[in-house]
Amino acid sequence: MFKNQIKPAIFMFLILTIVTGIIYPLVITGIAQLVFSEKANGSIIYKDGKPIGSKFIGQSFDDPKYFWGRLSATTPAYNAASSSGSNLGPLNPQLINNVKARVKALTISDPDNKNPIPVDLVTSSASGLDPHISVAGAMYQIGRVVRLQGIREETLKSIVKKHTCGRFLGLIGEPVVNVLELNLELNENRMK
Amino acid sequence: MNINNVIQSLLFLAVLIISIKPLGIYMAYIYEGKPIGINVWLVPIEKWLYRISGVDSETEMPWKEYAIAMMIFNIIGIFIVFLLQRIQAFLPLNPMNMPNVPEDLSFNTAVSFATNTNWQSYGGETTLSYFTQMIGLTVQNFVSAATGMALILPLIRGFMQKQKETIGNFWVDLTRSVLYVLLPLAIVFALVLISCGVIQTFRPSIKTSLLQITKNEKGDIISEQTIALGPAASQIAIKQLGTNGGGFFNVNSAHPFENPDALTNFLELIAILLIPAALCYSFGYMVGDVRQGMALLAVMLIIFIPCLLGSVYFEQKGNPVFKNFNIDQQATNLQPGGNMEGKEARFGIVNSSIWAVSTTAASNGSINSMHDSHTPMSGLIQMWLMQIGEVIFGGVGSGLYGMISFAIVAVFISGLMIGRTPEYLGKKIESYEMKMASIMILIPPILVLGGTAIAVVLPEAKAAILNHGPHGFSEVLYAFSSAGNNNGSAFAGLGVNTFFYNISLGIAMFCARYFLAIPILAIAGSLSKKKIIPVSQGTLPTYTPLFVTFLTMIVIIVGALTFFPALALGPIVEHLMM
Repeated sequence: MFKNQIKPAIFMFLILTIVTGIIYPLVITGIAQLVFSEKANGSIIYKDGKPIGSKFIGQSFDDPKYFWGRLSATTPAYNAASSSGSNLGPLNPQLINNVKARVKALTISDPDNKNPIPVDLVTSSASGLDPHISVAGAMYQIGRVVRLQGIREETLKSIVKKHTCGRFLGLIGEPVVNVLELNLELNENRMK
Repeated sequence: MNINNVIQSLLFLAVLIISIKPLGIYMAYIYEGKPIGINVWLVPIEKWLYRISGVDSETEMPWKEYAIAMMIFNIIGIFIVFLLQRIQAFLPLNPMNMPNVPEDLSFNTAVSFATNTNWQSYGGETTLSYFTQMIGLTVQNFVSAATGMALILPLIRGFMQKQKETIGNFWVDLTRSVLYVLLPLAIVFALVLISCGVIQTFRPSIKTSLLQITKNEKGDIISEQTIALGPAASQIAIKQLGTNGGGFFNVNSAHPFENPDALTNFLELIAILLIPAALCYSFGYMVGDVRQGMALLAVMLIIFIPCLLGSVYFEQKGNPVFKNFNIDQQATNLQPGGNMEGKEARFGIVNSSIWAVSTTAASNGSINSMHDSHTPMSGLIQMWLMQIGEVIFGGVGSGLYGMISFAIVAVFISGLMIGRTPEYLGKKIESYEMKMASIMILIPPILVLGGTAIAVVLPEAKAAILNHGPHGFSEVLYAFSSAGNNNGSAFAGLGVNTFFYNISLGIAMFCARYFLAIPILAIAGSLSKKKIIPVSQGTLPTYTPLFVTFLTMIVIIVGALTFFPALALGPIVEHLMM
């Protein structure tokens, strides 16, 4: 009974390995590279032929003239070679310290803004690479960016709107703003 | 709770429930060997496969032989995955030059993927080569799921056959699961994911410049970002469909390359529950009474839906500590609000909670938010869904046979209560079936509570805890609940890549899988030998609302009584502290 099953087990394992471990990923990769080459390779944004980031991977911003993203628990922040969340429990003193520090940084960079701070701006994302903030998170920062970039509020609002992605079919997910794309456009505007 | 949370939850449930019947019927046809859809084209391949493997697909096996075939195949899998990790530095497709993986971690990962647990002590992008991910892990994603699906079939045959010694052919059941169910679904799903931005490439990591040059804590200037890439989509598709859950990246489906937007998230969520739910329909269809399968599905939904709403409610309430600062946690049209620590902005509260509950109800274990940072009550729901034995959807195949073992206990107890011989689907339930079903129900709690008890007295095990106090206890309890029920998700603050956890959790995963799989085959063998009792006035119907309620109570009571003391020490205390 035992011996009878050894040969089938070995051969089955080999063949299924070839089918699911080699043919399947290779076929998928082949189709992906032919049809969705840009997306399959990480949706990398290029400028003058040089890679300057990915549409889906956030970057770290703490300069007040830019929009800031989520906090990142990776070391260093937004380390896309080693994703990680903070894993801090809701009562962990370290979490409270991180939140306090972010509240302080936001307040110092924009002392006149007394609005309540949207919670996503003071908490760290699950991946440490979150490319987005909530629309409220962007609105909160508009006054500061307008002042430091020296552009009109209306212009900035329309740029934010341009980089806002609503719910899928108006129902699924949360409306978000892509921070890197937004800041890249601000930078372009300034260069002009 | 706000209106948007309710709409998104309902939409998810609706799409899931609509998908159950077509896939359920399809799988029933496949397993009965009838021609349907693509299998018409693939039959020659299936036949060829049996021929070169020396499988006689016409010969059925007695249950012991079926169990032996299953065990040999799985042990080969464990050995190969272990070996691949130990020698990956010498193998191709290793563009980032990952070194060989240490013994204890290799053991843990090998057992983890062969048992359909996909517990991750390692960080995908920092530990494994593309070769190991593909040839080792992707293969196990398929075959461990197919093993689970195969195991449900002898049980169905056990109910249907009259006085027969054999219960089917493991190789046939395994091959059909891979070839006709998992592979076609995975191919379509992987391509859809890629079209939305999930990566699939053999290129090495890419270095990009940063828009704002920053400094790290030491004051070094950081001007570029290294972005890890890889053949992710092909693995993600099967990890969700096969209730595997092992991510390509460390943060699993929270990583924007694994799950870039609301649509991919929605599809991945459906994929988590799709096959386990549809198998209930297949079960009913194959035993000739769809109501029997729907009754089990009803039990699952009755427990699942309140858990889902509970998690959304507690997460949306947010973190009370933040109220001391000028922070807005209120949900509006412009922000999800709530407890956003460890969550991605694009998923917000409701999609993170639906995921957390689905992934722990099914034994999937992939995550799109950090469970460690959830509120204590949401964490409790996740742990409890695993602790009741992964029977609320559960793993592909294993969830259903777990639920059927509860149904066997339920008919036995109700038989005692009304003084009739207990029978289920026309077969008498006697002491042998009860013994086996009891073993299946008792082993996971022993692994979970025993493992936790040992870990919290060992200094080296306690040193791995990140969050102190009751939350730290929850981290350990969660780890053993996950491994002891083949789930694979984690309170990831616990530093589990240590000798103690790698070995102890590896053993727990092994026992939770095979010490349940073998008794279920024994039940199948025993049922198969029995006569079929025709339905009479004395038969207790097992599809009525009454039986559904009774079975739900049995599941809840077993889970609640066994784990309440442990849960009281962890999440409940923490909740009271908030």
